Amino acid sequence: MKNLVEVNNLNFGYKETLILKDISFTIHRGDFLGIIGANGSGKSTLIKMMLKVLVPWSGEIKMFGENIQTLKSWNKVGYISQKVNSFNGSFPATVEEVVLANLYSKIGRFKLPHKKHKEKVYEALEKVGMQEHSKSLIGSLSGGQQQRVFLARVLVGDPEILILDEPTVGIDLKAEEALYCLLARINKELGLTVIMVTHDIGAITVHANRLICLGENGMFEHNPKEGMKSEFVSEFYGYDVNLHTHKCDKCDQGEVKSC
Amino acid sequence: MLEIFQYGFMQKAFLVGLLIAIITPCIGMIVVLKRLSMIGDSLSHNSLAGVAAGLAFGFNPILGAVIFSVTAAFGIERIRKAFPQYAEIAIAVIMSTGIGFAGVLSGFVKNSANFTGFLFGSIVAITDFELYIVIGLSSIVMLAVLLLYKELFYVTFDEESARLAGVPIKIVDFIFTLLTAITISISARTVGALVISSLMVLPVATAMQFARSYKQTMIYSIFIAIFCTMIGLYISYYGGLKPGGTIVLVGVLVLLLGIGYKNIIRKNFLKKVSKGKTI
Repeated sequence: MKNLVEVNNLNFGYKETLILKDISFTIHRGDFLGIIGANGSGKSTLIKMMLKVLVPWSGEIKMFGENIQTLKSWNKVGYISQKVNSFNGSFPATVEEVVLANLYSKIGRFKLPHKKHKEKVYEALEKVGMQEHSKSLIGSLSGGQQQRVFLARVLVGDPEILILDEPTVGIDLKAEEALYCLLARINKELGLTVIMVTHDIGAITVHANRLICLGENGMFEHNPKEGMKSEFVSEFYGYDVNLHTHKCDKCDQGEVKSC
Repeated sequence: MLEIFQYGFMQKAFLVGLLIAIITPCIGMIVVLKRLSMIGDSLSHNSLAGVAAGLAFGFNPILGAVIFSVTAAFGIERIRKAFPQYAEIAIAVIMSTGIGFAGVLSGFVKNSANFTGFLFGSIVAITDFELYIVIGLSSIVMLAVLLLYKELFYVTFDEESARLAGVPIKIVDFIFTLLTAITISISARTVGALVISSLMVLPVATAMQFARSYKQTMIYSIFIAIFCTMIGLYISYYGGLKPGGTIVLVGVLVLLLGIGYKNIIRKNFLKKVSKGKTI
């Protein structure tokens, strides 16, 4: 398997506090990697470093075999944040305009989009089941629908890696489950590598093929196929956790859209 | 009714007004959506300091406004980096500096009436040289907004994703800051330095009541700004009023009408829905 991401001996902290201690792992093409851990364990910090928003104190991150500090091909990386919480709901943009924006590198500087670009937008919206809402204002959609649009915006750029930082914050359970199923389908059918930070241990254990757990004593990797036990999670979270996992039958049958 | 167009100074005023009405909402829209509406006030006070410097030391006041305003815009960007979570601190610091300079430099201006003309605008005072400056700089602003349309949209909507998509954020921000400063300073003569920020916000706020997309918001804003400027200039000529104040008051009226009309539509819609439920 080809390594898409290599994290080598990463150290980072805020002021005098070391948050991430000697973190190393690799991500292969086609992985669905979940990153879990208690608040303050450095999950989002790790994502920010992978996106070059923060610079590590020491160590390096490579993407596509190249150190990210000199990486040019960022258009191969898609990112979805906790949009529902941070997004300006009154922004007067249609779903089509939002998705089209991410075709920037394909349209080119100082150029206007062509028909083929708009067709690509509709294809991406179709993949996430939002094609009927293309003319709707982004702020008029529900949280779950908005996240689907942001997923389409990422997919339209044909990324190789999709990074999500707690994308289900602020959306209801039904929409959350639908988003997980959609991500699982995209991961399987399109072969897209997914890296997802989440607190939803139950759902990520079902859908991810690899899990990285961040805690006070550093990181360790867990095979989700072995299941997750409350005692185990309590240990690296540092407090008692009662865990309830569930099987998403519809995903396994491939009936993702109705999930 | 059309006799005001017989006068050369009115032709200049309408032409300058038209150009400013086109560029102001283009910049104002980004400013509003980035929630930096106060930046207009801050830069306009600095452009006023530039006007005072120009009048006091004998160079063109519009040029003075451009220089001071551009410097202030980059000052805001610089200070904002020192307080990344508090953008308004940078705006307040630069606004205070502008007010300070304007206050001190205005003391050196011999003809205070000339200076007052820049506070609330003056349609009779536009020189040929100023007309050419406005035409030249407005054309640059229009061209830049058109060429950077998708960059400005993406950076305003989601800066982080725009960076990942390859948009050169720093360059776009730099150009936008420059365009904002230019727009504000060249508007000082007709609309007035104290009311230009209102003209940046009012048409956009009205357009946002009805527009169904980003593109529509921009087009509606431009048409509303043109309408308010033309009507404002017309009324100010016949009423002997200050053009800047009149234009802004027309803008406020249009916004209030827009909000009122939208409320009526909403009420009618709710009535229809409740009737449908009863049936």
